[in-house]
Amino acid sequence: MSVGNAPPAIELSGLARYFGERTALREVSLQLPEGATLAVLGRNGAGKTTLLRILASLLRPHAGEIRLFGEPLPARAFAVRGRLGLLGHEPLLYRDLSGRENLQYHARLHRVELARVDELLAAVRMERRGSEPVRLLSRGMVQRLAVARAVLHRPQLLLLDEPRANLDPAAAELVEPLIGRASGATRVLTSHDPQAALAEADTVLALKDGRPVFVGAPEQFGAERVRELYA
Amino acid sequence: MVVLRKDLRLELRTWETLPAMVLFALVTFVIFHFGLNRTTISGQLAAGVLTVTVLFAAMLGINRLFVAEREQGGFDAFLLAPVDRTTMLVAKSAGLFLFLCVLEVVAVPAFALFLLGPPLGPALPGLLVVLVLANLGLSVIGTLVSAIAVHTRARDLIGPLLGLPLLVPALIATARAAGPLLAASHRASGPPGKWLLILALYDVVFGLLAYAVFDFLLED
Repeated sequence: MSVGNAPPAIELSGLARYFGERTALREVSLQLPEGATLAVLGRNGAGKTTLLRILASLLRPHAGEIRLFGEPLPARAFAVRGRLGLLGHEPLLYRDLSGRENLQYHARLHRVELARVDELLAAVRMERRGSEPVRLLSRGMVQRLAVARAVLHRPQLLLLDEPRANLDPAAAELVEPLIGRASGATRVLTSHDPQAALAEADTVLALKDGRPVFVGAPEQFGAERVRELYA
Repeated sequence: MVVLRKDLRLELRTWETLPAMVLFALVTFVIFHFGLNRTTISGQLAAGVLTVTVLFAAMLGINRLFVAEREQGGFDAFLLAPVDRTTMLVAKSAGLFLFLCVLEVVAVPAFALFLLGPPLGPALPGLLVVLVLANLGLSVIGTLVSAIAVHTRARDLIGPLLGLPLLVPALIATARAAGPLLAASHRASGPPGKWLLILALYDVVFGLLAYAVFDFLLED
């Protein structure tokens, strides 16, 4: 999956993050080659979102090292930001702007051609409703726009926090070429559905109270471990 | 320009900030009118009333400057883009500067109508220079304070508590520079150079300070 001698897309070593007295993440170490998919599993509050925000350079780790495409974070965050796409719990869209205006704003921030906006609105079937303020759209529609926003600049690393939340099966199928394996991007994804996440993953990171309890291939992460993790 | 254009579009769509600032200024003039129990004022008193009113109206805009970024994920979206973070400082300051200019386009004639004794016309060119310099300082400090306050739970309190003391030097310099212009005799050919210089220096110093620290304010 990695190309030639390209560095791994993600290298984590002894990563830790605290919020006051609470440990959100600790001792997280792994490597993920380019083009691979990492599924991050764990119960609510296990540290999944914190890990994604650190990878997105939105949070600083308190300990450990992190490299994306060989670039250390947060020191070289500026160099990798344009290569990341984050689809988190918040759609990162202004409610009083239309979907099209939001995407155009992001396109300008990322210096992407505006034709890409129409291309993506068509891809997520929002051409007709794309001119309405986001606050008037259903949650599923907003999520489709959020997907379009996350992939607008053709990121090489997709950070997907519950990417199919609020999407019906048809909409989930619609966004599959954009955020699924077919996108060709390296992916880090979390999901409330561990079986679905395991089916997509090349590597699994299972977190419990911020600590990794499993890092490895999905086939080694059996049904018993899934039950234990979510017990 | 991208962030500024987005902010102006949001304001034109929602009208959440500018009308509130203008209305506040107009109501304040009415309150001063009755509170001072004077039909007209001039000189230093007039300059003080005008400056204080603009300052308090500006606080409304300052408090709302980053609300959409905070509540609708604009900070994260901006931080994820390969854009220099000081772009946000420049865009927000420019937006606030424009809001203040629009406020004054309405508020200054209203002030002349409700309170000011001497005619506004002869004072206008000098007053324009004073207000532009004051707006620059208000915009930069306001953006800085708003970026700090928006990360706190009590942002509506932190904004004025932090901003007003920092803006006192600008308030003094603006009022002193505008005072002679609004005097009944209007003998002054222009605003006092000393106070204009202080105002300009204040703008430069806080502009540099804001540029130096703004990156850190956007950190987690």
